[in-house]
Amino acid sequence: MKFITVAGPPSSGKTLVLIHLIRLLKDDDLRVVVGKIDCHETADGALFKERLGIPVVVGRSDYVCPDHYGVVNAEEIFKFGEAHEADITIVETAGLCHRCAPAIKGCMAIAVVDNVSGIDTPRKIGPMLTTADVVVITKGDMVSQAEREVFRSNVLEVNPDAKAVELNGLTGMGALNLKRLVLDAPEIDTLTGRELRHDMPSAVCSYCEGETKIGSDYQMGNIIKMDVKEV
Amino acid sequence: MDINEIKIVSGADKNGNPEAVEELIIRKGDILVLAGPTGSGKSLLLSDIEQLANGDSPSGRRVLVDGKIIDPFSTRITACLSQNMHFVMDLDVGSFINLHAKSRRIATSNTVEKVLELANDLAGEPLSANMHLASLSGGQSRALMISDAALISNAPVVLIDEIENAGINKTKGIQLLSTEGKMVLIATHDPTLMLTAQKRIIFKNGAMAKLIQSNDIERKHLQYFLEIDRVLESFKQSLRNGNRLDEETLKALIELRGVNHGQ
Repeated sequence: MKFITVAGPPSSGKTLVLIHLIRLLKDDDLRVVVGKIDCHETADGALFKERLGIPVVVGRSDYVCPDHYGVVNAEEIFKFGEAHEADITIVETAGLCHRCAPAIKGCMAIAVVDNVSGIDTPRKIGPMLTTADVVVITKGDMVSQAEREVFRSNVLEVNPDAKAVELNGLTGMGALNLKRLVLDAPEIDTLTGRELRHDMPSAVCSYCEGETKIGSDYQMGNIIKMDVKEV
Repeated sequence: MDINEIKIVSGADKNGNPEAVEELIIRKGDILVLAGPTGSGKSLLLSDIEQLANGDSPSGRRVLVDGKIIDPFSTRITACLSQNMHFVMDLDVGSFINLHAKSRRIATSNTVEKVLELANDLAGEPLSANMHLASLSGGQSRALMISDAALISNAPVVLIDEIENAGINKTKGIQLLSTEGKMVLIATHDPTLMLTAQKRIIFKNGAMAKLIQSNDIERKHLQYFLEIDRVLESFKQSLRNGNRLDEETLKALIELRGVNHGQ
């Protein structure tokens, strides 16, 4: 089975990208299963079911970091895919803080970023982008050709080994290129023992444990204070 | 990137019947119009070219570049001018042109000047390097997009989706791309644009149904279409400058009608 992680900032178009991709994969008679991870209530799981009629499992991380939650539950989602005899299991992550990335060594990692987020975004979002094998660039219809070219070149500057795919989430233009790459993604037998490409943040301070008050007296654990100097 | 020819080996319509046009060849400098009702398959052809379909798209078409299948990830052969008329970048025009040229590693000392000169040739209102991108009018933005696509973007194929007449000379814009050696494909419903091209493909039910070569008689029509466009444009300018229509303007219109009827 192929196991693929998909990450990207909120509203970058992850779900629509996947819907167009999976529609093409289904046309090729491939069985696809989706694991969708979010922090809060999400209707996206139902959207996959409704539009594509494929098996979907939804995980809500609630008060836990969604990326930690994603890793903790990766094997469970993998097994869900196996139970449905899937050819491809895709995990769509919530991808929020830009500090880490869900990419796993030996599994295809896709990052989704959008043109409208600004030409400096590729430099800002860190490991999510730098650890990706494939970078899908969306919302090209909302900017000019020149802006698309500059954005793309900034993406490839940050991650020169990535394949960049421009995809229009409304029309699906570009999904064919993404499908071609996904068909070449490696197959794996198990996730157990596999490694993340990037470490997760060491978030073990008092606030992780539910502290809400501000002030040094309330701060314990892994605390880093800013060096406050004017830029 | 320099290519001389794109060949599209046809596939099938929505029902799986072979396309009537078996093969389509587009050469450097060609202007090709895609016409047909909404949903007839114009966008699918643009999509096939953009993604270099190799029998793996819904149409089953194959796109050969200079006779060969090429890797869609190593080379981008298309630039698109969509209906979008505005920039989202927070920059002045000069810095923007330089930034784009640098990302393509082709910036020289007079790049900005050259792009602006072409853009000004197309735009109704003049553009300068210190203007802010966000403050440009639709016409100025579109003129800049075309001139930038002609001079900086290296894609040999320019795909144009229904270019609107927003204060620019659209036929001139397209001629310009063509003389810069681009292959220009335009999906449009506009009769003036349709006749600007030497060839047009008519789409039906997802397929290339007919390939029509324009001829002398059609080009004579084009002169009148351009005249009508020019008259409408002058009325637009006049009305938005606060003028009223009067006996004079009506007379001018009636005369024009006479010309069109060959009276």
